[in-house]
Amino acid sequence: MSGAQTIPVTVDGVAQVLVGRAGQCLRTLLREAGHVSVKKGCDAGDCGACSVLLGGKPVHSCLVPAFRAAGRQVTTAAGLAGAEGLHRVQQAFLDHTAFQCGFCTPGMLVTAASLDQAQRQDLGRALKGNICRCTGYGPIADAIRSLDRPSAVPFVRDPASPLAPGAEAIVRGQAAYTLDALPCPAGDVLHMKLVRSPHAHARVVRIDTRGAYDVAGVRLVLTHEDAPDLLYSTARHENYRDNPDDTRLLDDIVRHVGQRVAAVVADSVAAAEEGCARLDITYEVLPAALTPAAALAADAPAVHAKDAGVARIANPARNIVAELHDEIGDVAAGFAAADLVCEGEYHTQRMHHAYLETLAAIAWMDEAGRLNVRSSTQVPFLTRDALVRLFGLAPDRVRVFCERVGGGFGGKQEMLTEDVVALAAMKLGRPVQLELSREEHFFGAPCRHPMRVRAKIGSKRDGKLTAIALDVLSDTGAYGNHGAAVMFHATNESIGLYRCPNKKVDGVVVYTHTPPAGAFRGFGLGQTNFAIEQTLDELARGLGIDPIRFRQINVVRPGDQMTSTHMALHDVEFGSYGLDQCLEFVESALARGEVPAEIAADPDWAVGCGVAAAMIDSAPPNGHFAQARMALVEGAYVLTVGAAEFGNGSSTTNAQIASSVLGVSADRISLRQSDTALLAHDTGVFGSTGTAITGMATQRAAEALAAAMRQTAAARSGVAAEAWRLEGDAMVSPAQRIGLAELGALEAEGRSAGTPRTVAFNVHGFRVAVHRPTGAVRILQSVHGADAGRVINPVQCRGQVEGGVGQAIGAALFEEIRLDQGGAVENPAFRGYHVPRLADLPRVDVFFADTYDRLGPMGAKSMSESPFNPVPAALANAMHDATGVRFRKTPMRRDTIWRALHGADGDA
Amino acid sequence: MDLNAVEGVVRPGCRAELPARQDGDAFLAGGTWVFSEPQPHLRRLIDLAALGWPAIETHVNGISIAATCTLAELEAMAANAAFPAAALIQQCCRALWGSFKIWNMATVGGNLCLALPAAPMAALAVALDGVCTVWRADGTDESVPARNFILGPGKTCLAPGDVLRRVAIGREALEGRFAFRQVSLTEEGRSAALVIGRSVGGGVKLTITAATRRPVQCGFTTPPDTERVVRDIDRTVDAAGGWFDDCHGAPDWRRHMTHRLAGEICRELAAR
Repeated sequence: MSGAQTIPVTVDGVAQVLVGRAGQCLRTLLREAGHVSVKKGCDAGDCGACSVLLGGKPVHSCLVPAFRAAGRQVTTAAGLAGAEGLHRVQQAFLDHTAFQCGFCTPGMLVTAASLDQAQRQDLGRALKGNICRCTGYGPIADAIRSLDRPSAVPFVRDPASPLAPGAEAIVRGQAAYTLDALPCPAGDVLHMKLVRSPHAHARVVRIDTRGAYDVAGVRLVLTHEDAPDLLYSTARHENYRDNPDDTRLLDDIVRHVGQRVAAVVADSVAAAEEGCARLDITYEVLPAALTPAAALAADAPAVHAKDAGVARIANPARNIVAELHDEIGDVAAGFAAADLVCEGEYHTQRMHHAYLETLAAIAWMDEAGRLNVRSSTQVPFLTRDALVRLFGLAPDRVRVFCERVGGGFGGKQEMLTEDVVALAAMKLGRPVQLELSREEHFFGAPCRHPMRVRAKIGSKRDGKLTAIALDVLSDTGAYGNHGAAVMFHATNESIGLYRCPNKKVDGVVVYTHTPPAGAFRGFGLGQTNFAIEQTLDELARGLGIDPIRFRQINVVRPGDQMTSTHMALHDVEFGSYGLDQCLEFVESALARGEVPAEIAADPDWAVGCGVAAAMIDSAPPNGHFAQARMALVEGAYVLTVGAAEFGNGSSTTNAQIASSVLGVSADRISLRQSDTALLAHDTGVFGSTGTAITGMATQRAAEALAAAMRQTAAARSGVAAEAWRLEGDAMVSPAQRIGLAELGALEAEGRSAGTPRTVAFNVHGFRVAVHRPTGAVRILQSVHGADAGRVINPVQCRGQVEGGVGQAIGAALFEEIRLDQGGAVENPAFRGYHVPRLADLPRVDVFFADTYDRLGPMGAKSMSESPFNPVPAALANAMHDATGVRFRKTPMRRDTIWRALHGADGDA
Repeated sequence: MDLNAVEGVVRPGCRAELPARQDGDAFLAGGTWVFSEPQPHLRRLIDLAALGWPAIETHVNGISIAATCTLAELEAMAANAAFPAAALIQQCCRALWGSFKIWNMATVGGNLCLALPAAPMAALAVALDGVCTVWRADGTDESVPARNFILGPGKTCLAPGDVLRRVAIGREALEGRFAFRQVSLTEEGRSAALVIGRSVGGGVKLTITAATRRPVQCGFTTPPDTERVVRDIDRTVDAAGGWFDDCHGAPDWRRHMTHRLAGEICRELAAR
């Protein structure tokens, strides 16, 4: 508002005069003028999503004062293409499928387009200012390096891997994300900012809102006095009772630093911020329990003094959200019978998903009085259900939908913005928008559950396991969203993978006065895998058995029972089995690997190999529902699914599944998705269900439509339905041909209930070199065997694997949210929280097992989150092989590695 | 990010037009830090770029680098320069955590005034025996040796209203022989230890940054053995507030890395 001035600027070749504010950055100036290809990923100059050319030079537009653009030329990703077609960088990104969610792509393209040949030869340095969280950078590097190859040979696309719907829109910077779809149909948008708690535990004694209302433009202040009494969970599952009802929209008790306390809605972000600053809030600070040990202490303050039965909290007085104590067989006898028992305690850290599109939502009332919410979510239908319950509305009075979503990784399986904007929009009758800052994500959005995992495993001399005992202590933070489910999942497939007659699990999930944890790629399995797969590695070494061979002896095979605990549901079957192939691939690939001469010749480097395996159920338990509608409209196919697209690629696979049933190419299927106005119900895309479950519903819908088309053709022609085939634009019988357009409007539905479930497998192998004097780790070889059933789109599925491996290397080596003594996040920005850059990640050699799943769509299985799971353990196993030191805590940073190698106890 | 509390920008054309200091003022150079964090206390930006200082001036006695000289301008100058320290200048530019895109905006003066332990321009200015010219708020000028400019993390010798005008580097320094080492927790990451050595007579002068709370220097008149390197560095760093501790590296590791890099530098300079 302040210091408004006109800024003449030429954007993508068009001269215009924009109005900027004194402290405004160029990114906002451009976005407000409709140049929405310029993304906001971190707002702090760290991620590069906002990169533009200013006067021909690449800059991070979030750091450029808007007034400095006056009289200059700005080129955005949307301006790269010329009249003659795509810029060659855009074409290369298309050819190499160098994007998944696509949110980083505009900034990546602008940066890539500005590189000279020398920079293209040193991409680790050139791209250190660009974060891609989805791809692991491999295809991006391929795309950029292809620019220096002679263009005589045109790029040939794998015919099995058609491009994603909307791929060209992504590279043109035209794909709309949550806040890109402008303008709001209900008029000018008001902006919300949140006030967050400075205390880990406190009672809100009083909020004086008068100062805020004195600020010009402030329309509404929401406090706990405005919040419905109903308690709920931000976590979204098919059955909301899976999570404790422990959260109030705004509460008079704050339970972690960063919890939202109040919301201010104003005409502008600036006024809302000023209103927040003017709120006078009185807290009564209460004692806080910041660690699981403190929370379990006898005199610990209760994080939630709530009724156990009503809130579905196992033991509120003891801060226990959920616990599991279960035994199959006789573990004590199993350990007594073992020739070797290995055990260890492992710790995994607090992590941020780092999806590049921050959480945002905009809510408005439409002309029919219906609440509309557009948000960045993996679960529009479950969020609709939550709003219906929270505000006591009829289901048809609420619509939740999303545009393309900029990454999720489980972090958007929550209702974190929609509740509060909906309340404001309903109160004001005007559109209200809330966009969380990147900083807010570190303390105001769920992280990965930090866990302490003790694993104890016994084996006979011949390598047969006799007993497995797992003891998990999971820190869910101040709210129990996903806490119980993550713990149950963490203790299920991780030990179900191994044949062993005696298994025992002790799992406890505790509340602490820290930012809450939630769903994160792998949903707990990565944490327990880190402990179990290292313990198995110790056993194999102790017994003198090759680690691959040791797993071959013990892994489940078709015909075996998959046992973990009595909690496990029995709808999981071997719809296919490719674990044997994955193990063989990793073994042979590592055997082929070589050590560079400069490392082999230098005694400072210690070289070693390690492997780890993982199994995952193909879908969440207790039902996961998808609905698909396949329509023929004026000769064109329209597929409607509930699944959101956030880089998971399910839009592509669903289009491919429909196209292969209907006998057309995938680009002939137009897709409508992720909108509660379109379908009755869809559980959403989490637990890697976009292909496995939505795909099954799509296949059934397409088959039903094909059947209806044959019936229609039969009725019209008198030729039996079985005689008709679908051939592109027409139905063909031996004697006749009917154009699709002549069939009229037809539609059919398909559903999938997500049961029975199958299992998918992942095996990872590393060859690493550890530099003893500095603690540096160099990954010499990274190989991954994945059993995804029949792979529907190999290029895209490989991207999921590479991206999952990259994110897991971040978990293993770099990333950690650090809390200070008072429970506040110390490093709430990407400059202090290191998400892997291109320079940090090796290429992955990906192998797909040759299997066909009898339960999945077209033989396919899930393959989104699971590639993550075995990676940290495989890396730690390789580092142990190299150095003789066992690393039991992530992240394994250079300083901690160095200390372990030079410390007194030789352990980390 | 948008600095929504900022109400105005002053663009002075000359020193006389610098406004009288008010609460909520901030000098704006490249903006790469000011715009990277919330600044709710700021009301006014004073745009130093408007002063139009030439980025780099060359004299017979050396060069003068304007505080508003961008890293891109500095690097480009070094890429075409013949003096031996040019390589060191390029190495220090590359040690910036920000990418080449940030070089297009970030300034030498901004990097010094921010006074982060990892500031590579501080390492460069100190290693080259740079002399900072400070425009004091009262209108006087003051010369401050670069090694005395930074007092601690985020702390400089500047008082409110003071402006860093330039860093002058003498010809002798530009003609010096240097060795450079840097380490971080990640490839291309933020410096956890950055050590520069300069041949001085038969000995060596070490400049240590990133691992320490402020730049420190350690001189040896003869090539030191490992034991002496460790002892003298530890003593000097202890006197300067000890080893730095933040999320970019543990202090014990930074200390060890500094010793290691210093040893490598001494050997490299001795071998030439």
